[in-house]
Amino acid sequence: MERFATTPLNRRNRRIQALLRGLFLLMTLLLILPVALILATLIVKGGPALTFDLLFSDPRLGMTAGGILPALLGTVWLVSLAMLAAAPLGVAAAIYLNEYAGDGWLTRLINLAIINLAGVPSIVHALFGVGAFVLFFGLGASILAASLTLAVMSLPVIIVTTREALAAVPMSYREACWTLGATRWQTIRRVVLPNAVPGILTGVILELSRSAGETAPIMFTGAAFFLPLLPQDVFDQTMALSLHLFVISTQVPGVPEPLPYAVALVLIGLVLMMNALSIGFRLWLRGSRRW
Amino acid sequence: MVTQAPKIQVDNLTIRHGERVALRDVSLAIRPNEVFAIIGPANAGKSSFLKALNRMDLFTDKMEVAGRILFNGRDIRTLRNLYALRRRIGVVFPLPVGLPLTIYENVALGPKLAGVRERAELDAIVERCLRLAALWDEVKDRLNDYGSLLSGGQQQRLTIARALSQSPEVLILDEFSIAIDPITTMRIEDVLEQLRSELTIILASTSIQQARRLADRTAFFLDGRCIEIGDTEPLFEGGARDARTRRYLEGRFG
Repeated sequence: MERFATTPLNRRNRRIQALLRGLFLLMTLLLILPVALILATLIVKGGPALTFDLLFSDPRLGMTAGGILPALLGTVWLVSLAMLAAAPLGVAAAIYLNEYAGDGWLTRLINLAIINLAGVPSIVHALFGVGAFVLFFGLGASILAASLTLAVMSLPVIIVTTREALAAVPMSYREACWTLGATRWQTIRRVVLPNAVPGILTGVILELSRSAGETAPIMFTGAAFFLPLLPQDVFDQTMALSLHLFVISTQVPGVPEPLPYAVALVLIGLVLMMNALSIGFRLWLRGSRRW
Repeated sequence: MVTQAPKIQVDNLTIRHGERVALRDVSLAIRPNEVFAIIGPANAGKSSFLKALNRMDLFTDKMEVAGRILFNGRDIRTLRNLYALRRRIGVVFPLPVGLPLTIYENVALGPKLAGVRERAELDAIVERCLRLAALWDEVKDRLNDYGSLLSGGQQQRLTIARALSQSPEVLILDEFSIAIDPITTMRIEDVLEQLRSELTIILASTSIQQARRLADRTAFFLDGRCIEIGDTEPLFEGGARDARTRRYLEGRFG
């Protein structure tokens, strides 16, 4: 019998394989669709209004004209401070959990807490921020209170991504280092962290870009509806892009149609830029140390 | 014959991994400057035994060690400075672990962590250890390449160079040849022959021929028990007292 002859079973398997491949491809393409649609709409409707003036001047005429400079700067402030607070804390916690903690009840409890913290809705974080930072610590509605609220919200994601980056470093590296008489910290510093840094940074930057778009956690804790002046220090309130977009889209009458689209475009551009930065940084780190 | 104080003495060593008992009540003594081989099939407890010697059990989840281990007469369980203990025991793992550092840094890491700062001293250590591991000629022109770019056999010799970098008194090799080619294995065996005058070598192997070629004395482990210990040649010449050892050495099981 000819061994290479195609049997009906072969044919059937091949048909199923082709069908499924097509199906999976279709699903993947469907993923791209919303992103493409959103971007296209924003560019078509908001593109013409996206001018130098928009980015670098103050809002005028009850926010129906002029630029978004205070909101743009405010978002940069809020996100930078939030990451400055959350990144060291989250990375340190992840290092403890992945490198030091054993598999005890305390670790499990902490893990459970982190997972739950990640699931808390952003409006609840906002109320927590009001209760804790604005009122209890007496920071008032301020950049600081809003940043800290964002930081608390970012922590679980930073911890989880950092842990994954640490766990991806092979155990054999650590063991090899320990047998040389290295302490845990020496091992972490010399071998584990250098290998985990690209992953950690990617996680932090992605979380940074996500928190740039958050509205609820900052609207009660430090982001203002409209401020004629730029903030002087971290105890001032500030405008923020995300809240500004919400305000001019729904709260202010008489805003020309392209303006909200242009603001959305700026916001999404900011986020995409940060994501690109994170990918670029990762590639650069990988390129500079090959193995 | 003068009886020397043992380099490592193990009394009633029992090792558990959670519920599983890896080693049961093993007692033996390893003499200074001997090559001591542990043979036996998989799951005989060889690796667990070796891990206990430099207290790597502390880094292994659920590994419990009961019994006593004396290193130069000191009970290692009561040692406070375990880092110093580990510096005096070099370890080579079954799979070559080239750390993601340069070849130079792979060897210099141990001394650096122990506080050696002088570049000239580090250079000397790196060259000496790479020469001892028979790797120097192959890598001397690319010490700044990543160690993980070397071939498996080269990485294993790099591991040996690293293990020697702090002039240990004991060198532990756990199945060092299972992942490398026969030629490299022979080169490493030559290296070990050269080293035997300087330090105590403990090696675990599933290859009984390797044990026969290298070891002064050989222990046969089976199912977590030390069945028999004897001088290598008589043991292999049919002098084993235990029937299981004889059958294993004849290649009839394991």
